[in-house]
Amino acid sequence: MKFQRTLVLAGLLATVTGPAAVLADEQFVGLPSYRVGAYASGGSGLFGGWIDYMQMINERDGGVGGVKITWEECETEYNNARGVECYERLKTKGQSGNTVFMPVSTGITYSVLEKVPQDKIPMVTIGYGRTDAADGRVFPWVFPMITTYWSQASGIINYIGTKEGGMDKLKGKKIALLYHDSAYGKESHAILDKLAAKHGFEVTKIAVAHPGNEQQSQWLQIRQQRPDYVILWGWGVMNPTALKSAAKTGFPREKMVGVWWSGAEEDTVPAGDAAKGFTAAGFNVAGSNYPVIQDIQKFVYGKNKGNMEDKSRVGSVYYNRGVVHGMITVEAIRKAQEKYGKGKAMNGEQMRWGFENLNLDDKRLAAMGATGFMPPLKITCADHEGPGKVKFQQWDGTKWKVLTDWVDSDRALVRGMIEESAAAYAKEKGITPRDCSKEG
Amino acid sequence: MLYREAGQFKTSYSADQQIFPILQDRYGYWVILAIFGVLVPMLASAYWLKAILIPVLIFSLAAIGLNILTGYAGQLSLGSAAFMAVGAFGAYNFRLRIDGLPFLVALILGGLAAAAVGVLFGLPSLRIKGFYLAVATLAAQFFIVWVLVKFPWFSNNASSGVITAQDVVILGYHFDGPQAKYVLTLAVVAALALAAKNLVRTATGRSWMAVRDMDVAAEVIGIRPMRAKLLAFAVSSFYCGVAGALYAYTYLGTVEPEGFNLDLSFRILFMIIIGGVGSIMGSFLGSAFIVLLPILLDNVVPAIFGNALGAGFASNLQLIVFGGLIIFFLIVEPHGLARLWQIGKEKLRLWPFPH
Repeated sequence: MKFQRTLVLAGLLATVTGPAAVLADEQFVGLPSYRVGAYASGGSGLFGGWIDYMQMINERDGGVGGVKITWEECETEYNNARGVECYERLKTKGQSGNTVFMPVSTGITYSVLEKVPQDKIPMVTIGYGRTDAADGRVFPWVFPMITTYWSQASGIINYIGTKEGGMDKLKGKKIALLYHDSAYGKESHAILDKLAAKHGFEVTKIAVAHPGNEQQSQWLQIRQQRPDYVILWGWGVMNPTALKSAAKTGFPREKMVGVWWSGAEEDTVPAGDAAKGFTAAGFNVAGSNYPVIQDIQKFVYGKNKGNMEDKSRVGSVYYNRGVVHGMITVEAIRKAQEKYGKGKAMNGEQMRWGFENLNLDDKRLAAMGATGFMPPLKITCADHEGPGKVKFQQWDGTKWKVLTDWVDSDRALVRGMIEESAAAYAKEKGITPRDCSKEG
Repeated sequence: MLYREAGQFKTSYSADQQIFPILQDRYGYWVILAIFGVLVPMLASAYWLKAILIPVLIFSLAAIGLNILTGYAGQLSLGSAAFMAVGAFGAYNFRLRIDGLPFLVALILGGLAAAAVGVLFGLPSLRIKGFYLAVATLAAQFFIVWVLVKFPWFSNNASSGVITAQDVVILGYHFDGPQAKYVLTLAVVAALALAAKNLVRTATGRSWMAVRDMDVAAEVIGIRPMRAKLLAFAVSSFYCGVAGALYAYTYLGTVEPEGFNLDLSFRILFMIIIGGVGSIMGSFLGSAFIVLLPILLDNVVPAIFGNALGAGFASNLQLIVFGGLIIFFLIVEPHGLARLWQIGKEKLRLWPFPH
């Protein structure tokens, strides 16, 4: 059957392009998407944005250096076993196999963590995944880019500090952490404990069991303790429930700060008016008045090639997050081509070099039409995270409004913890960290 | 014709009581084992071995475990995934904390740890039955995952509660390629499946079935329900535990407690329902059905409709077709795929001259 299909394809190709056609290089990107199941609302937006950006690059620029980007989706249902199957299936697709894997699921990240160095496929996890993989000396093939959970927690405390009028004002304050009771939610604990000790505030950790559609007792506890701020470290249905419960309890939403998986339209719209005033961190912003989004509207949706079924979601938080995924993919291809030859398809190893030497400064971001859309990003051999900065946006009842510029995290503290944790991993697995002074 | 046992005379009790009384089955078993043990690892691609065959085998083992409990002893359980988690984390911790512990010993110790936990959560089965017991085992599902997340000791203080399986070394040989891992998984699963097949024919297995069919009657004829039920929980959890350890060591390599969620328990339950409740063979068929069909649909559906419909619709269509096929099979054959296989054997017995 495969042979027949190849024949038909070949026949079609011959009639379309004529006998002299030479197949141009193509860069294959495998997409482990999830469009069904509990997290489909996030997945469809994110993968839609990612695909639309690559489509835009193909339409507007004719690909990267003349190399068209091709992709194929594989449905994971946010399920680890399905994710591994997708990883293995996509691995051999395309001209040079899959050249980058971005699972958009912490579970799948862990499931393929050991496989990527063997298969020589770089794995990029933007805003999720294994935090200590930011130490590139121990994890050469994993890139938890832009920012990690630890940087985010530190960024949120810095934001609260500025709101209070200085980090010294945090002393004696009470902060409640309302977290999703899972590995994801617990990522916040160690760093918040350290920050609490450093700045002298008190942190109360309140667990919400998955899925979190019942938070009566948690909010009773919050009402009794009267914290100054509540950090919402939620996921899925837990977020709107928390906002509604806060409204019922009478806790001001202006004093609630969410993480980036709590700060999308999908989290606030179901909560209705209760979400008004809620602030959340994000490594990308919402909105469609950025040149990059307008180019997508023009070159992709203008030609009716868009991926989103609901076009009004273009410019939403998840969609724009997908665009960030697309931009990083495309820029890594561009960077790798600079070193290994323009107009050629890159393989996994070359792509890894591209990611490791990624440098999206203000000038480059402006050229991409993404000034202020995502923070400037510089990756090095030792630091696979980059800026670790977030912006804070507030929900005004209908849309997200950007409140701040990029807020920095306590880099020294976070980096120290990352290196400590990565060193422990290296010791357990018997890995000798790379010497970054020898990397070209 | 193919399955006719005419001319196969049994001259001793042991010949009459062997696992596969029919010659064709006996040879068939070795032929299948030879195909999957020798030919498949030589011919199959890494993708097939790593992404399809290994998980099918591991889930078959977990399904056998649940089948022992639910199919043979009649105790409905929704905690299979949690017992897998105990096996995985148990084997990991035994290897981490005892230097030089051989892999196979750790595998068995992981299974025994799961068995101990299984007995603990099987205690309510002495008092409650049916759906109420399912709810009680649901507690195991949530409690165990919660414990593994709550106490960082289990994951060696990893910040996110995730464990990374150590290398698999047996007698100095590193099982790191897909072929090696597959053969190892196959060997463990085949040995345990054969043991299970044998076990359900012993006095223990018959006492399970007696308890399943009517526990008062079983008690009257001298079977101790407590012993039978708890033993079923122990053996079942042992199988699930070994499956969980294999899941960590030969399949994923890195596992997190949340990976062993209720969803996985339900999948294992569906495997035995589709495959055949109370059948070892059915566990394999059910596991293959539940693991392979979604992957097949994911390949076929977008290829046929992919461009015409949106990607979101294509994904949802797969679920619709998958659910529809499950309903279809259950209506056509409520006793599962194993029963279809049995009917097929009956037909083959007469073929090509049916009555």
